[in-house]
Order: sequence, then structure tokens, then C-alpha cells
Amino acid sequence: MNIADNQELSSHLRTHFGEGIIVHGEYVEITIGKFERVAKYLKESLGYEFLSMITAIDYIDYFELVYRIEAFQNKATVQLKLKCEKVKPVVPSLSHLWYGARLQEREVYDLFGIEFSNHPNLKRIVLWEGFQGYPLRKDFKVKSYDAGN
Amino acid sequence: MEIEREPLTSSTEIENHEGAIIEDLRASSQNPLSDPTEWLEKTIERNILLTTVDAAINWARKTSLWPVTAFTACCTFEFIGASSSRFDIARFGMEVLRASPRQADLLVCGGTLTWKMAPQIKRLYEQMAEPKWVIAMGACAISGGIFHDSYSVVPGYNHIVPVDVYVPGCPPRPETLLAGIENLRRKIAQNSIKKSGTKR
Ligand code: SF4
Repeated sequence: MNIADNQELSSHLRTHFGEGIIVHGEYVEITIGKFERVAKYLKESLGYEFLSMITAIDYIDYFELVYRIEAFQNKATVQLKLKCEKVKPVVPSLSHLWYGARLQEREVYDLFGIEFSNHPNLKRIVLWEGFQGYPLRKDFKVKSYDAGN
Repeated sequence: MEIEREPLTSSTEIENHEGAIIEDLRASSQNPLSDPTEWLEKTIERNILLTTVDAAINWARKTSLWPVTAFTACCTFEFIGASSSRFDIARFGMEVLRASPRQADLLVCGGTLTWKMAPQIKRLYEQMAEPKWVIAMGACAISGGIFHDSYSVVPGYNHIVPVDVYVPGCPPRPETLLAGIENLRRKIAQNSIKKSGTKR
């Protein structure tokens, strides 16, 4: 299927999934409940076949996950954003859709402490086992800054 | 198609083991090791014969420093610059970069050292045969540099191995490294085999 631009994509997703899909110009915000189905639909029906990155942002009230998915055929990119709660964040894993998601999800888990349900091998990847805390969270304390406050 | 791979049966065990080693090392390396200073002491009664032997041995040692190939980050490139034709450390008899620590006697610590890498560097150092020397090259190797308070970076190689010469810079230019090597050669020249036959 040929998707001309983000506008068309968003209306397409709206008609398919109804509420819970909010389009903000460049990116598409999705609720956790619909996330897996939207990703599957993007991959299998709309030709968005390449997951190029996963990352996370630590906001004051919530974590936000950012996924960039690309369609080579249409030369198109879509950004999905997903909010999850601060305490015990859990989001669905996309590792059954993209094998490459495994490593990236492990990295997000390692540095942000966000858990991915149904991930086959969720453990630290960059840091070592036994490391305390999640260093890219804003509340992670670093020595010199501790002394400062 | 999705590729399925069998995980190593005990990969979790391996990782836990590795993590425990790193945590141990981290806990025991909170303070820097003191720099070797014994070479500064002047032996009072030196006899003529030994000074000559010392001079010969030290000459041999300082003119054939063989660095071990163990570099961790960007400072390495300045070392590569220093070791290739323009700056040419072959002049000092040290162009032979050994791939085995057992054949090397100089560890040039070029680059940021993470705690995850630290056990390997310690092991390399321990595998090198005496006498052996260490040059800390660059801000990261001296103190952790811009990463000094990072969660994953060792704040200076001297937490892990005793350092003989510190070469400042980010990265140090090859000339600076050559000056450091020159200092190390001067330091080696002051050793005596009377002190247990090694550099200490
Ligand atoms: S001192 Fe500078 S150049 Fe050298 S490893 Fe550190 S950051 Fe890189």
C-alpha cells in the first residue's frame, strides 16, 4: 500500500484503530493498549518494515518511548511515541516483530529501567550485572553533583 | 524470517560472574594506587661494578621498550600517529607492538577506561613480565577526564595499575607522548638491579 505522507498515514491509522491515536505533525502518539497492534499493522500491511531505533525520554511525570520505523518502498518514516508510568514502567516488547528490537530494548532497559513484557532475554547489555540503578534516569545520582546539592 | 538462536545454556551465570568480578574490583579500587617512587631513592653505597652493570642493563631496557597492544579509546589514534613514520617511535626501539602482554614491558594506557573493561586491563598488566612500566596517556587515563564522575568510567588508570608517567592532553599530541616516553627513559635509567632486580 502506498502512503503519501504522515497526514494520510494518521487518518489511515485513525480509521483502523479509532481513539487512542493522536497525531502531532511529525509523530504519532499511541496508547500502550493499542501499541502492539499498530506496530504489527504498520509492518505487515503498510510496508513499514524496518525498525531503525528505539529510545526513551525521562520526563517529570512519565517516561516516553520513541520508535522510528521506516518504509523503504515509500521512502517514508514514522515516529511512534508511547507514554508509560514512572513507577514500574512496563511496555509491550516488539521483539516478535523485529529481531533487532531485542538489543535495543535491552539497552533501554539497561539505562532507563523500563521493562518490556514478553521480551525473551531481558537483562543488562551495556552495563554489567549487579550495577545499581539506571543511569539515564534524571534521578540517578552522580558523585560530584551529589556533593554540590 | 526471524532467526532463532539458542542462548548459551549458562549465559546468565557467565554474566553474573562477570558482574561480580567488576563489582569486586570497583569496590576495592576506590582509592588510587600510589605511584611507584622507589626509583627516586639514591643507594648510598654503590660500587663501581654495579653502577656499570646497572647502566648497561638500564640502557638495554630503556632502548627496547615494547608496548602491549591494549588501547581503549580515542587517545589511541595519537599513539598510532606517534608510532607511524612521521613521529616514528622506532627511534626509541619501541616500534614492536606486541599482541601478547608476556612479550611486552610497557603499557600505554591510551583512553577512557570503563569499569567493565578494567578487569581485563588489570589482567593484562599482571600478565606482563617484570620489569614493566605504565604510561597514562591523556586526561581520561590520568583522572577520568571529562568522564571523571561518570557511572561507568574508572577515574584514572592509577585505580587499577600503578602508573609511572602521566602524559596530559585530550588527546596529547605525539610530541607530548614522546616527551612522556623520554621521561620514562630517564626514570628507567635511574634504576638499580640491587633493588630486587626489578624496577621496584
Ligand atoms: S583524553 Fe580525550 S582523546 Fe584521550 S581518551 Fe579521553 S576523551 Fe579521548
